[in-house]
Amino acid sequence: MKAFQSEDPLLQVRNVTRYYGDRIGCANVSFDLWPGEVLAIVGESGSGKTTLLNCLSTRLAPTAGAIEYRMRDGAMRNLYQLSEAERRLLMRTDWGFVHQNAADGLRMNVSAGANVGERLMAVGERHYGNIRATADDWLGRVEIESDRIDDDPRSFSGGMRQRLQIARNLVTQPRLVFMDEPTGGLDVSVQARLLDLLRRLVADLGLSVVIVTHDLAVARLLSHRIMVMRHGNVIETGLTDQVLDDPREPYSQLLVSSILQV
Amino acid sequence: MPVRLYLNNVGKSFTMHLQGGTVIPVVDRVEFSVDTGECVVLGGPSGAGKSSILKMIYGNYRCDKGQILVTVGDRIVNVADAEPRQILRLREDTIGYVSQFLRTIPRVSAEHVVAEPLIAQGADEAEGLDRARALLARLNVPERLWTLPPATFSGGEQQRVNIARGFIAHYPILLLDEPTASLDAANRAVVVRLVEEKKAQGVAMVGILHDQDVREEIADRIVDVTNFSAEAAA
Amino acid sequence: MTGTAQLQTYDFAGGEYNFAYLDEQTKRMIRRAILKGIAIPGYQVPFASREMPMPYGWGTGGVQVTASILGKDDCLKMIDQGSDDTTNAVSLRGFFEKTAGVRTTYETSEATIVQTRHRIPEKPLREDQIIVFQVPIPEPLRFLEPRETETRKMHALEDYGLMHVKLYEDIAKNGHIATTYAYPVKVNGRYVMDPSPTPKFDNPKIDRMAALQLYGAGREKRIYAIPPYTDVKSLDFEDYPFEVQKFDMPCGLCGAENVYLDEVILDDKGGRMFVCSDSDYCEERRAEGHTGPMAADPAAVHIGGGKQEETDR
Repeated sequence: MKAFQSEDPLLQVRNVTRYYGDRIGCANVSFDLWPGEVLAIVGESGSGKTTLLNCLSTRLAPTAGAIEYRMRDGAMRNLYQLSEAERRLLMRTDWGFVHQNAADGLRMNVSAGANVGERLMAVGERHYGNIRATADDWLGRVEIESDRIDDDPRSFSGGMRQRLQIARNLVTQPRLVFMDEPTGGLDVSVQARLLDLLRRLVADLGLSVVIVTHDLAVARLLSHRIMVMRHGNVIETGLTDQVLDDPREPYSQLLVSSILQV
Repeated sequence: MPVRLYLNNVGKSFTMHLQGGTVIPVVDRVEFSVDTGECVVLGGPSGAGKSSILKMIYGNYRCDKGQILVTVGDRIVNVADAEPRQILRLREDTIGYVSQFLRTIPRVSAEHVVAEPLIAQGADEAEGLDRARALLARLNVPERLWTLPPATFSGGEQQRVNIARGFIAHYPILLLDEPTASLDAANRAVVVRLVEEKKAQGVAMVGILHDQDVREEIADRIVDVTNFSAEAAA
Repeated sequence: MTGTAQLQTYDFAGGEYNFAYLDEQTKRMIRRAILKGIAIPGYQVPFASREMPMPYGWGTGGVQVTASILGKDDCLKMIDQGSDDTTNAVSLRGFFEKTAGVRTTYETSEATIVQTRHRIPEKPLREDQIIVFQVPIPEPLRFLEPRETETRKMHALEDYGLMHVKLYEDIAKNGHIATTYAYPVKVNGRYVMDPSPTPKFDNPKIDRMAALQLYGAGREKRIYAIPPYTDVKSLDFEDYPFEVQKFDMPCGLCGAENVYLDEVILDDKGGRMFVCSDSDYCEERRAEGHTGPMAADPAAVHIGGGKQEETDR
């Protein structure tokens, strides 16, 4: 599998701006995302990274700017000109969204199998045996034992819930996945396992990912490219190792120098 | 012999914003080229900027001025102003980097760590693992360690895993950042042979080698970095 | 009929109640909702549900629908769980006898309007009949999605994956689809609908039914409808197809098979029997001379006897 070969970007973001009243959420953000590329948006709380992620994933309409996405038929479409039906189809087939709090992305009152199978049923799969087999396969891929397939996520640990959320998102083979602090709030050892799993799945499936994180180690391990945000503006952008090893802007240098060394 | 890599008037400094914007010059007017099948070793004392030059070629450090031209097939790419994705593509199939230190990835076994660059170039997993095991054996990494994650290995073992990872795939340009430091004589000899094999395949190499014996064995030319750093400071 | 004598003492011309209790403007409003419901089969039409002189849960939705379509010549049948003589049916029948003075009946074939709580008569309904269902919770997606704004969007976008999640859960937890009543259906290939808490045994009856079906939910302020001969498909999986309940014995009183049976406890020593839930159907069969295996049982005579008397009236 060869990454970075495609000439056509998957997502084109131009001057995306979001105001909350007079306050800036994010301002004039522009970038392209190519197939197979992982972009990390880093910055401290309130830097606008989650606002930007919500704008990109059509969960929050930007005040200004344009976001275009290459649909499976190859055509670029403005996300905010899609009909609600097209948008929903996109979100449950071609996209994924991994929330920091797994409970926000899971149905806590239905079984793990049904959580994974929901997207399949939503796109018309009507064979129980096939849905269950696919769900079982995906639980295996995120390292959840087969015998937990009929258990509710309420009985799962934080790390397991997060892995279940990932399986639920990836079952329809999306091309673009948004992640909002996917390792936040987890123990360090649980975090390491999840990161490794994400890294492998992203590479195996050739996923494009936009990941919001305040943890530069997470960005280093998962992302190809990094975007540093502060006060709603993009401060610095570039190759992940370039920005982390040779940060140019004062704020990026501060951020990098603030990492605790173990 | 065709030129593979050409550095033209390259300069680099660091601005330390957290220390009142102090500017630390590193190198300036760096100019040299590397041909196919040639191994150029950067000479000069520690702090002369050898590592920085290697990192700029790899795109890890930004280049403030000048050009770093890389021949890719019939095209020439300037690393100094390339888009991130162009650099990623170069790292996948054109420029390899063997560093001193292994950045371990949790839970990934040594043989998978080694095989990864080859698999990224399109080899299937079985072939990648076969080649990885062969290389680990050549570098005398005990077989019982191959399926374990290298995080708990000794420094020397980790270094050899990293060398195997650096040499497994074919890159027309290979950067060697002290690959033999702290290796024993037997393993140093293995690295020398690996370098000779790459040369025979036409790989252009730039290296930093403090080990006098190894340097004499593999260097076709030595470029003294002191000249560039002196100019930078001036 | 005991009620008839009472009714004659009322003077409707004197205006104690408007015909069928509701004022004419309200009836028009409800009829418009009904017409819209018929035009969009299975779609839940909001309507301005009125306070009725009975508690929610007693069929205020069904009563308002019936009141709006009732004419002086109609003959009304009221069913509660298949029976004409349980509390709810008796009260609502009394309500319309008092407020509309229309003819009422126990016999399915005689009725022009059947208002029902939780059953559909065993005897097939005809084109000249209308069946009105009392609905407690009209939203079939409510189980998994509590937000009304979201369920409306899901209907609008035909985003029905959730319904199958519910059925999936059933199979995963019970080995089969264990939903036995309020079993979701897709109407005319478009809207997913809750057929009210009727047993799924009755679902095949609502598919291509000759009679017009009207559903009223008073507390939830929704009306929906299925026009005659509309395709209604019960949701299922390819490898777990929809099935109705099967009873491994006939009705203890009339011997009917392939009908919905109620369990009746006979004594406190574990004695029990299964009888037709549709009491009118059972009595008609017995009048025709059919007898079930327990028809001669003294306890059975007691059960069936009471009903027999009323039918004779």
